[in-house]
Amino acid sequence: MAGIPHDHYEPKSGFEKWLDARLPIAGVLYSTLMIPTPKNLNWMWIWGIVLTFCLALQIITGIILVMHYVPHVDMAFDSVEHIMRDVNGGWAFRYLHANGASLFFIAVYIHIFRGLYYGSYKSPREITWIVGMLIYLAMMATGFLGYVLPWGQMSFWGATVITGLFGAIPGVGPIIQEWLLGGPAVDQATLNRFFSLHYLLPFVIVGLVVIHIWAFHTTGNNNPTGVEVRRKSKAEAAKDTLPFWPYFVIKDLFALVLVLTVFAAIVGFMPNYLGHPDNYIEANALATPAHIVPEWYYLPFYAILRAITFDVLFLDAKFLGVLAMFGAIFVMALAPWLDTSSTRSGRYRPMFKWWFWLLGVDFMVLMWCGARPAEGLVPTISLIGAIYWFAYFLIILPILGRIEKPLPTPETIEADFDAHYPPKSTVSR
Amino acid sequence: MKKTVLSVLVALGVTTGSAFGAGDAAHIHDVDFSFEGPFGSFDQHQLQRGMQVYQEVCSACHGLRQVAFRTLGDEGGPHLTEDQVKAFAALYEVFDPELDDTRAAIPSDKFPRSGVENAPDLSLMAKARAGFHGPAGLGINQIVKGMGGPEYIVAILTSYTGEEKTQAGTTLYENTAFPGGWIAMAPPLADDQVEFADGHDASAHHMAEDTAAFLMWAAEPKMMARKWTGLLSVGFLALLTVLLYLTNKKLWAPHKRKA
Repeated sequence: MAGIPHDHYEPKSGFEKWLDARLPIAGVLYSTLMIPTPKNLNWMWIWGIVLTFCLALQIITGIILVMHYVPHVDMAFDSVEHIMRDVNGGWAFRYLHANGASLFFIAVYIHIFRGLYYGSYKSPREITWIVGMLIYLAMMATGFLGYVLPWGQMSFWGATVITGLFGAIPGVGPIIQEWLLGGPAVDQATLNRFFSLHYLLPFVIVGLVVIHIWAFHTTGNNNPTGVEVRRKSKAEAAKDTLPFWPYFVIKDLFALVLVLTVFAAIVGFMPNYLGHPDNYIEANALATPAHIVPEWYYLPFYAILRAITFDVLFLDAKFLGVLAMFGAIFVMALAPWLDTSSTRSGRYRPMFKWWFWLLGVDFMVLMWCGARPAEGLVPTISLIGAIYWFAYFLIILPILGRIEKPLPTPETIEADFDAHYPPKSTVSR
Repeated sequence: MKKTVLSVLVALGVTTGSAFGAGDAAHIHDVDFSFEGPFGSFDQHQLQRGMQVYQEVCSACHGLRQVAFRTLGDEGGPHLTEDQVKAFAALYEVFDPELDDTRAAIPSDKFPRSGVENAPDLSLMAKARAGFHGPAGLGINQIVKGMGGPEYIVAILTSYTGEEKTQAGTTLYENTAFPGGWIAMAPPLADDQVEFADGHDASAHHMAEDTAAFLMWAAEPKMMARKWTGLLSVGFLALLTVLLYLTNKKLWAPHKRKA
């Protein structure tokens, strides 16, 4: 294996040897837990653990909610209120689940932008990146499906708008839309299939997460310098790394609990802040809300969707908007091949840094645009924001690699680590 | 071309010139409710007064179908005694499918639905109208001032100008807090319309605040339990954070700044 050289599991007792000859599970767990990890990882590398926690939280709270929820158009809304009022601790499970989705997306966005800044997507970690993008897409789908289940006004109209996007595909669109909905409009068949898929997709995500971890455990973690771990010998690798257990488990747990403290405050004190009030009104096919807004985590891409307000040749604006929205995620997935720089980490790329942070600002501006009614300056700002998003991946990344003169990178991870935490002899000098 | 753009926007459900323009929110004023903030709690007496206003005024048209009478006796709510709950429930008639007839309500029943077709159910109103994400949609008023549904309810109840008009056979009343400015609900509260047992001032504004507080409880009956759980969780997690910080520091110390 091309991985970083490290100690392997040695079965000792009779039982361990017996088991290892039949199912080498202890060895797999050992290698996973003891994997050599670059010791200079900074605090941006803690979001993976937060994400793993979120996935578990959502599955556990979700399974409990399903015990009390009724996927029927006449009963879904009331069954949620039943959970909030009559089920023991039901309000806690529901608020944890609803806000857990937000924490999940906050964490995934930071995780993705971490990857973009430190070049984690670059060779040899393209598979990790692509699988990560698939996880992100599956999360978006799961979140959307789940939001429909409480059967509030935004559930209903959000489902109508989003499935309508598929209807915009020329030719086959209306057929696809009807197939997704199970009928001509959002109704009982839609609710049932969304419920079924909302329960299925998290387990697909679990599978993808295993592949994601498998992939980066094969290549080794990236790190803030982007310099690879020396892997000629075990001794050499040990200078650059520390085993995941206990060093990174404890570090990640500390960060996770800190994040959860803030999360607990939001769930305890303002659990509806991130939700839309209209979803406390039961779905009504006859009353369209004045302003349909998706959940906050879709807003940047929703803004890109709405940014296209003009037809091009025979393609109408709505279809172009749909293409732009999915394209925005697709170009991100192509980053490993669009970025031509030989320097991996943004830390040593003086020009790249500026464009990267501008992308971060662009993301926030688009998020704001997505929440506002499409009037005044909002469509124009959205269009500029959308253009920058595509330009970053399709133009800036390819060109920067050619014209930028990167700063020298440290020789080794050990050198970078010791520069941050100088050995005592240097300090006392 | 312009038509296409418009139809796209409409198709996306985004109406330009939304009724919820920025101007409308300006008519809603902040009220310092006792239940705001992490340490805030419902004022039991205020909830009882609001309950009385709901019973004597609002319930003529509006339902409260998610709320069970028995919950009026719960701690953290109006906290009535068992006898009071029974007596209060008996003020309402509910339909019993087993009798195929109406009968006096008992504590295990829920409040009736709205009696008037266009009157919305009030069970979740205090959460369904929490939409003051101002300024500029950034939600700062919600965090800093705790503004939300109860403020909206107070504003709706007290922002009548006295103007009225008849439109398609319906009388509409001008109300500066209502999106669009004209509401079908006649001004419901007048000074001293209700006589409070605790002798509290029954001005229209006070009654509006009491009603809003009661409806906040109706929408979020577990709020007190939630905040208490929140406080405990934050406290324990903060403690655990400190312990893990120290553990982490000690664990890494031999590898940082080593001799």
